Amino acid sequence: MHNRVVVTGLGVVAPNGVGLTAFTEAIKNGTSGINHDPQLEQLQFSCQIAGKPELSDDFIAQYFSPLELRNFNSTGILYGVIAGMDAWKNAGLDINQDSDEPDWDSGTIFGTGTSGIDKFRESIYKVDELQLRKLGSTVVVQTMASGISAYLGGKLGLGNQTTTNSSACITGTESILMAYERIKTGQATKMLAGSTSDSGPYIWAGFDAMKVCTYKHNQSPKQGSRPMSASASGFVPGSGAGALVLESLDSALKRGATIYAEILGGHINSGGQRGSGTMTAPNSIAVQRCIKGALQNAGIKASEIDAINGHLTATAKDATEIQNWSIALDRKNKDFPYINSLKSTIGHCLSAAGSIECIASILQLHQDFVFPNINCEDLNPEITDIIDFNKIPQQLLNTNVNIVAKASFGFGDVNACIILKKYAK
Amino acid sequence: MDRAELIARLTPIIATYAQDKDAVASINETTDFIKDLKINSANLVDVILDVEEEFDIEIDNLSMERMLNVNAAIEIIEDKLKTK
Repeated sequence: MHNRVVVTGLGVVAPNGVGLTAFTEAIKNGTSGINHDPQLEQLQFSCQIAGKPELSDDFIAQYFSPLELRNFNSTGILYGVIAGMDAWKNAGLDINQDSDEPDWDSGTIFGTGTSGIDKFRESIYKVDELQLRKLGSTVVVQTMASGISAYLGGKLGLGNQTTTNSSACITGTESILMAYERIKTGQATKMLAGSTSDSGPYIWAGFDAMKVCTYKHNQSPKQGSRPMSASASGFVPGSGAGALVLESLDSALKRGATIYAEILGGHINSGGQRGSGTMTAPNSIAVQRCIKGALQNAGIKASEIDAINGHLTATAKDATEIQNWSIALDRKNKDFPYINSLKSTIGHCLSAAGSIECIASILQLHQDFVFPNINCEDLNPEITDIIDFNKIPQQLLNTNVNIVAKASFGFGDVNACIILKKYAK
Repeated sequence: MDRAELIARLTPIIATYAQDKDAVASINETTDFIKDLKINSANLVDVILDVEEEFDIEIDNLSMERMLNVNAAIEIIEDKLKTK
């Protein structure tokens, strides 16, 4: 007998909104969080625009003690801890720092691509300058990949599995599906699922060097991220974190918790870097299998999907993604579901993308809307050959949304697709 | 520098890491960093780095190992100041 799994808490640190209220408003209004980044300009990046959450020192001090902030230099852990603690509070759960007893039935799977890349840089310089002993005690916990789950585990007193997953740009969606499985199979009652990504030049430089980021909008940052547009010219780097409290339905009902959505299931696979798949390009057959696998796992028909939240990064691959959805669902033109990409307003938040975008998808289910895509007034004709332009909303749509399919694709030819549903008894 | 002055300069450093803030108020030569002040053992190296900076001295590995209470800290600091 498997548990039904629901989402009872959300926390988000996004370039266009920190906190659930600000983020909800921003996605409904299509508010861009992309700005010109003087540091990227100074370092002569091709792409000098980016998405970074704005956090004041006073705000940060609500989540970290002065001791924790001494020699602290990890934006990923910063964003992740704020999102994670917010989600926990949003679920109506206690942050009991005085209890000696861990919560044995609660854990976390909180992903990241790198940890504390600025802290790492700082320590590498010290080591090379023969100042190793001056590193102090703060390097390891900020630069180990599992730093974020370790911080959250301590703050929340988690006694169940406490780990970090990492799988490029599917990381966030994967963490939710892994946490879902753990509750479904009865190994945990509550799991904090989510993901985070460092910000700044040292995380984004490699992408800039690969020429996958846009260099055409340094003077027009808000127009820079253009998923599904004919003039899409590469992604805009972003950063932040998203966190979700997943819980067995029984536990949620017993507590009288707010239920944002139910997770029906999903699928994770890889194209094995065979066929059209490479280290950096997706195998379309694998993408289609992933979507179909998710439907099967969730026990729904393709016709039941009301909206898709795509990966859609604003490269030439956007049309390929739409084609893969269309083939996998066997739906096209006016029969295609609504589709949107959050990347138009926050950029590509890399390892944080999946979790932040899942939160946007869940808000759509909970509040009955489809958030608008921006910067695609010139839709790519290869896309409108497959689906009707009305299916790509450019204005907020207030409409009943019952089921959302959300997919993420990542380097290493990896795919994840999750099926989210409005909760009903 | 007398012992009282040393303790006065040591106290703010220790206070940063002490989790028992009440114990900081009654700090004396017998105060143990871990048992009394509840300093996380990982932070002992940070205390030492801060002490080095405050007194402009360098504390060797052997001294580091025994710098676990106020008394030992004072002895080590006095010793290092003498040989400066």
